[in-house]
Order: sequence, then C-alpha cells, then structure tokens
Amino acid sequence: MKIFKGSKWAITILVAAVLVVTGAANVFAAPQQKNIILATTTSTQDSGLLDVLIPIFEKETGYFVKTIAVGSGQAMAMGKKGEADVMLVHSPDAEKKFIEEGCGVNRRLVMHNDFIIVGPSADPAKIKGIKSSTEALKQIAKANGLFTSRGDNSGTHSQEKKLWKTAGITPGGQKWYQETGLGMGQTLNVTSEKKGYTLADRGTYLAMKKSLGLDILVEGDAALLNIYHVIEVNSSKWPKANARGAKAFADFMVSKKTQDIIKTFGVDKYGSPLFFPDAGKKVEDLGK
Amino acid sequence: MELIIQGIIKAFELIISFDPEVMGITWLSLKISGTATFISLFFGVSIGAGVALTDFPGKRIVISLINTGMGLPPVVVGLFVTILIWRSGPLGFLEILYTPYAMIIAQAIIATPIVMGISLASIQSLPANLRLQILSLGASRLQMAWILIKESKLPLLAAVMAGFGGVISEVGASIMVGGNIKGYSRVLTTATVMETGKGNFDIAIALGIILLILAFLVNLLLTHVQQRQRLR
Repeated sequence: MKIFKGSKWAITILVAAVLVVTGAANVFAAPQQKNIILATTTSTQDSGLLDVLIPIFEKETGYFVKTIAVGSGQAMAMGKKGEADVMLVHSPDAEKKFIEEGCGVNRRLVMHNDFIIVGPSADPAKIKGIKSSTEALKQIAKANGLFTSRGDNSGTHSQEKKLWKTAGITPGGQKWYQETGLGMGQTLNVTSEKKGYTLADRGTYLAMKKSLGLDILVEGDAALLNIYHVIEVNSSKWPKANARGAKAFADFMVSKKTQDIIKTFGVDKYGSPLFFPDAGKKVEDLGK
Repeated sequence: MELIIQGIIKAFELIISFDPEVMGITWLSLKISGTATFISLFFGVSIGAGVALTDFPGKRIVISLINTGMGLPPVVVGLFVTILIWRSGPLGFLEILYTPYAMIIAQAIIATPIVMGISLASIQSLPANLRLQILSLGASRLQMAWILIKESKLPLLAAVMAGFGGVISEVGASIMVGGNIKGYSRVLTTATVMETGKGNFDIAIALGIILLILAFLVNLLLTHVQQRQRLR
C-alpha cells in the first residue's frame, strides 16, 4: 500500500464520490412495477393541468407517473412501439388510425377546448374579425403574413395542416411560412418575437399570455375545436406495458372528481377555464 | 433588461427561501452529474493512461478517435442510449428509460472521452525518461502507472472540471433519456428549457443563475484542491 501514501487528495475525492453515489441510490429507489409512462401533448403540461392532476392520482393509487410531454404525433409513435402505457392526446384523425392499427384500446373522450389564431395586435394581414378560420388563413397567405407552424406532427400541427388543406393552400416551402419544430409554448414565444401568426390551443395561450405580445384574432369557428382523448396502449401487443396502471390512469381522467377539477382549473388565474370536461359525452355534441 | 433583473431577484428569492422544488432539482443535478463524472473518471483515466503508456499498431487512430469523442454531441448520445434501453431495445429488460440512472449512463458516456483525452495528453506530456527511471527503481508496471497518474494530477483535476462542466450543463441527452419528470428526473437544464417554453422567463433565468453558481462552487472546490497540491 506504499503507493497510496501521501495521496490524501485521492482518498478525499473517492470518499466524496462514494457519498454522492450512495446518496443518489436513495432517491432512485422508486418502485419499478408501479411506474406508468404517460405520453402526452405539450399543452397539458405547459398549461399546468397535469401538475395539478398527477399528484392527486399518485396519492390515490400509489402509482408513479412518468409524464413525457411531447407532441401528440410523437406520443402516439411511442405508443406504437409500446414505449408508453397510456396517452393523453388531441389529434382525432391520427388517433382513429392508431386504434384501427390495433395499437391502442379503450379510447375515451376527456375534455376539449379550442384552437385560436393569434397574431400581433397590429395585425398586418388584417384577419381580425374574420369568422372562418380557413378564410383567415387564406388572407394571411395572400398578404404574405409570417405564419409560424409547430411543424412537429403534434395535434395542433395536424389541425393546422387540415385547415390549410381545406383552404386549398400548400404553405410548405413558402417564404412566409416557418416551421419551428418546437412545443406550443416555445412556438408562441417565437411567434411573438417574430410578430407572426400561429394556430395555438387556448389553454397554452392563456397560461402564457402575460409574456406574449400576441392577441386572439380568430376564434369560435366550429372547425377549431380541440378535443382530448385518453388511450390505453394495447397490452396484448406489448406484454411489457403496464396495462393495469394505464387503465387506472384513464379511469381517473374520466372520473367525476377529475372532471370537476378540470372544469374549474385556471378560473382563478385566468378568469375562464382552460379546458371543458367532456367525459361520457359524444364528440358530435361538443361545442353546442 | 428589466426581465434579467427580475430573474436575478427571483433567483435569490428561490435560494434564500430554500424553495423545496428548486433545492430538489439542484441537488439532483449535482448527484447525477457528480456520479456520471466519477464513473467517467474511472474509465477515462484508466483507459487514457493505458493508451498513453502502451505502444500498439493503430495507436494514432485510437487517439484520434478519443479526441473526436471529446466533442461527442450529447443529443446523439441521448438518441443511442434511448434506443438501447427502451422497452423494445436490447437493454429494455432493465426498465431504466426515463430514470435518473439512464441520465447517469448518458452523461458518463459524454464525459468519459473528455476525461480520457485530457488524461492521455497529460500523461503523454510527462518526460519520457521518468518512466524508465521509475521502472529502474524496481516499480511494477501498475505502480509506475499510479505514480505517473499522480504526477499529472494537475491536468487530471482539470479533466474532472471539464467533464463535470460538460455534463452539468448538458440538456439534449438528459431530456431524451430522463424525460424531465417532475420531482424525479428534472434537473436544472431541463427545467430551464421547460420554464422557457412555458414563458416563465424569470424562473428560467433564476434556474440558469443557480446552475452557474453550482458550477462555480464545484470548480472552486476542485481548483482549491488542485492549487493546494501545487504549493506543496
């Protein structure tokens, strides 16, 4: 052991590192079997709704929820590989395909809010007051107004593409059309900085309004309904998925208690709710 | 400008009030990056010293690879680690995706080449005759390696600082393999990204300042150890 003589510094570092490692082990002792991976859209996290709901669920059931906030497209891509147990998403057309492919089961309506077209208050493309969202997009295209798109296959992006298609415009590659590839919050920040227009969900917009220089310019169009469903991943396809946990979470989302929380969430802070609970309703009846 | 001042005030508020969430995030950052740096130290120094002290064909290519690895893009590491450890991946049975363990693995992979490259260069820069002298005094090869590592402790502590600095400030891999889960795998960098996304710039700035203070304190400690050695 002669070589260790006078190497106090080495021992000090070693001890420090061992302390760090053993200390680390305590925190990581989360139960493995009780984990649920929830793949969801950025809007449910950015609006703060999940920060309220998840702790309640965890306390009630003892499950540990790993929330991975990505776009709806990526959330379902995770589901398709069995990398998520349950999904809370808002991209109805893609969801139907997802169910048809046998990737998910038990798709249930949770809540809705609506999309809005926001832009600078100066409104260079003069879209304020236009009732139809497709007409507004046509007007933006005609005026070469800058439009920032999520560009990430999220639910909002799918909705936006659908609107462009209805308007008969191919925005991709146009000079006035930019894709951020970011979440809703980030895209709103970019849009605000660039004084552009974008399609946003009302929840995220209201939650971030204080830091944005953007106004609501188009709202209330029936084509702008934003509907959230909860889907459990098909556990017969991926035996590793936590089917019981997924079902527990999905049941929780449509339970009366949760629906009541959703109903009032955001009222105290923003003066109006960010989401409208819809469990048990039919999609056709929404917005009426 | 007002925003930055607001952020600084917020940072001090969060620190002074010992905000439990921020303290948890800070502590977790320190633990994950500290553990990752420690692991990288083990592999980096041993392999670095091994390569420096042995001659073999293709040594230059290996050294070039190590030096390239020093600039390993974190997101690429994050991507490959994710693919390896997700449920359908070859290491899926471990079930460690979206855990702090996964973050430690990814960060250790990022830091190892940095530590390896610096240790390799520092041991190579020692006078060649020193090796012969130590051996002629009757030391075994392992003892020689240990003495040489000790001789180059100044640059080795620089390697620790570089490795730690690289991973504590890293965000791409951490968010991919850790998932930024509240109270579990959320560290300073991923929290900063999220708060920026939410438009909470004051909190984002505050987290950034805490990250800087943390990095400064760790480096202060290491520099203290390094320079004290020098005086003796």
